[in-house]
Amino acid sequence: MINFEKFTLDNGLKIIVHKDTSTPLVAFNVLYDVGAKDEQPDKTGFAHLFEHLMFGGSINIPRYDEPLQKAGGENNAFTSNDITNYYLTLPKQNLETAFWLESDRMLSLAFSPKSLDVQKNVVIEEFKQVFLNQPYGDVWLLLRPLAYKVHPYQWSTIGKDISHIENARMENVKAFYKKFYNPNNAILSIAGDVDIENIKKLANKWFATIKKDKKSLRKLPVEPEQKSPEKLTVKRNVPFNSIYKVFHTCSRREKEFHTVDLLSDILSNGNSSRLHQELIKKQKLFSEINAFLTGGIENGLFVVCGKLIKGISMQKAEEAINTELDKIKNNTIEKNELQKVKNKIESTLVFSEMNVLNKAMNLAFAELLGDLSLINKEIEKYSVVTKEQICEQANLIFRENNCSTLYYLAQ
Amino acid sequence: MKKDLNRQDQPELKTIKKISLTNPDKIYLDNGIPVYILDAGTQDILKIDLIFNAGTYFQNKPLVALSTNKMLIEGTQNSTAYEIAEKLDYYGAHLETIPGKDHASITLYLLNKHLEKLLPVLAEIINKPVFPEKELKTFIKKAKQEFIINNEKVKYLAKINFDKIIFGDKNQYGRIADLKDFDNLERNFLIDFYKKYYTTKNCKIIVSGKINNKTIPLLNKLLGSNKQNAGYTEESKPYKIEDCDAHKHFIKKEDALQTAIRIGKPLFNKKHPDFIPLQILNIVLGGYFGSRLMSNIREDKGYTYGIGSALISLQNAGYFYIATEAGADVSKKAVNEIYKEIKLLSDELISQDELNLVKNFMLGSFLRSIDGPFALSEMFISVLEYDMDFTYYDKYLNIIISITSETLIQLAKKYFTKETMFELLVGK
Repeated sequence: MINFEKFTLDNGLKIIVHKDTSTPLVAFNVLYDVGAKDEQPDKTGFAHLFEHLMFGGSINIPRYDEPLQKAGGENNAFTSNDITNYYLTLPKQNLETAFWLESDRMLSLAFSPKSLDVQKNVVIEEFKQVFLNQPYGDVWLLLRPLAYKVHPYQWSTIGKDISHIENARMENVKAFYKKFYNPNNAILSIAGDVDIENIKKLANKWFATIKKDKKSLRKLPVEPEQKSPEKLTVKRNVPFNSIYKVFHTCSRREKEFHTVDLLSDILSNGNSSRLHQELIKKQKLFSEINAFLTGGIENGLFVVCGKLIKGISMQKAEEAINTELDKIKNNTIEKNELQKVKNKIESTLVFSEMNVLNKAMNLAFAELLGDLSLINKEIEKYSVVTKEQICEQANLIFRENNCSTLYYLAQ
Repeated sequence: MKKDLNRQDQPELKTIKKISLTNPDKIYLDNGIPVYILDAGTQDILKIDLIFNAGTYFQNKPLVALSTNKMLIEGTQNSTAYEIAEKLDYYGAHLETIPGKDHASITLYLLNKHLEKLLPVLAEIINKPVFPEKELKTFIKKAKQEFIINNEKVKYLAKINFDKIIFGDKNQYGRIADLKDFDNLERNFLIDFYKKYYTTKNCKIIVSGKINNKTIPLLNKLLGSNKQNAGYTEESKPYKIEDCDAHKHFIKKEDALQTAIRIGKPLFNKKHPDFIPLQILNIVLGGYFGSRLMSNIREDKGYTYGIGSALISLQNAGYFYIATEAGADVSKKAVNEIYKEIKLLSDELISQDELNLVKNFMLGSFLRSIDGPFALSEMFISVLEYDMDFTYYDKYLNIIISITSETLIQLAKKYFTKETMFELLVGK
């Protein structure tokens, strides 16, 4: 159970406070409601590049990291297709430094040309390190456009192509900041041994004077229903064949989400799960197999993927996956099996409440999803799911016409 | 709008005062296994660590320590691998087996309410594994494929080959596996290793989280009754380093877009008086986001996505290394900049400002590393391995607070000289 209090400043900044007296640290999390899905198709990778630039100095503070480190703090950030999230932890006695730093970069950036040049290079190296110079690293660069034809989930946060990052100009950077980095487009969550009245005072002092801007309405193109199977085969310099099957499914916001999440757990959460037991242990077709949801705010993907044991044909491997998916469509879930995945969820949730940073992030994200109180209703939502509902979702999702398949073959 | 808000100057800082940690309680199970108890935290959860002196250091053949550790959960006298997995999953537990260089551990994370159901499973895994031939075959096939994939990664190649370079390929820390070792692995090697090293007298237990009055009696009942592998004794392992004569090494990897770089040298472990001061110097150089290597090579030059350095402590050795992956076209420049930064540590005193920043960062970092019962237990384990306790961290904090730039430049001159460094590049 996570306690919280929420208030909103006149400029629209939402602030959530969670009190946990067991720790000397405070977590400070700023979520901006902007992600890769908000980019133009010819300027992809921008939200993420921008995240890097947020560390290049703000209007009154030339360097972000130094003063934070001086306060004993540490920070990082991540960009997803939906959000850009900045977080830090620091000793509670130095909490005000967090307010000072985060409010200044919400007020305005320094927009230094040097920082833009350097961070473009850093991001290009990140592109190489994570996506291009790793075996199987470019899989998601291939899968997204295969599954999404019009929706902006069709590109990864790193972008479609290195050239989009190379071509970023200062005027694009400024326009992006003006459009999205406003108090009314942000959620601040704070967790730790803090006093709510003090937080209100500090929030007013540091954030209240930042002007709101008009909230740009998001109009994302709607992905039309997939009408036929999509298939792609590539050859790469990797040692083993692998297969990826992705199916369209609901978004994180819909009531079916918990059902679909349990479906993926029955298939592949833990060594006793169906895919692991059947395809790795019994049939010995795969060295790795996984099923998971992309879990975004917009309609997501149900992913089943695996690396084949050398010598096993793609056809045989794919048939074996399909057989497992058919089994679950035919209402074969056992009572114990369902209880098992529910128990696993319960323990995952309890463990996730161990640290203040996790709690701060989860609170901000729950608020973005639209209902903060949901954060304490997750266990209940999972516990009421029935095996019939899971079976119904399996039948809805695992259809040939709803599937994009990638054969990723060793050269 | 208020005009008087000063946004230029940082709000006043309070330095972190003395942090003292209370040593865990120590008790012994009936069979003599010591148990260290860290009762802390807010959640009704538990972590149980079983630590054996059974790391790769003790193996005579590659892969034996790893396979023994990983295969513990693959079948016991009473249960199949599936039955074990099913029980652990059903009660929402998470079991990790980690084969390290010196130690091998088995860690169970669980909700307290399932302790009674899960402890018997843990006891079985530890006391009665049978290493079934069939499961071993599957395991080897899988591990071999993972190994082949890892060998496609420049970072992985740099990591394992660097150990070989600084310790020598006959040394227990330096020897690395190759493909044929997977094919030569036999079930008997595992059984033999298990009997010699997974013994009661070779075991320590650390329990952390919410401890209640049932916890310890249950532990004693399930893990304290058996004198495991009592008749076996471990072999003594003389330790000898045979590092390479050549200091510069290159492994060619066609088509690599980035070059993995490792630069470093063998040193000593936590018990050496210079270890903690050198840790501070290491932070200055490459131990945090604002470090000199990050500031120069990432934030100023943009040659890499990340660069860092570390000081590693082992039972019989220690080492220092810098690691990064840099664009193939700029990797030579990155190497030059790394040496420049190493040399600068000996040439110029660290400014008071920078040293203060590093001190504050390290104190904050220390708070993070002891936050919560599990973090606390990790910190305890990392000194327990050297027969020390939390008083080590009193010394650690005192040295951070009192160290001067003069001491650090002397250490840099003594240890961080270019001629003593080994260098490995993996790439085009």
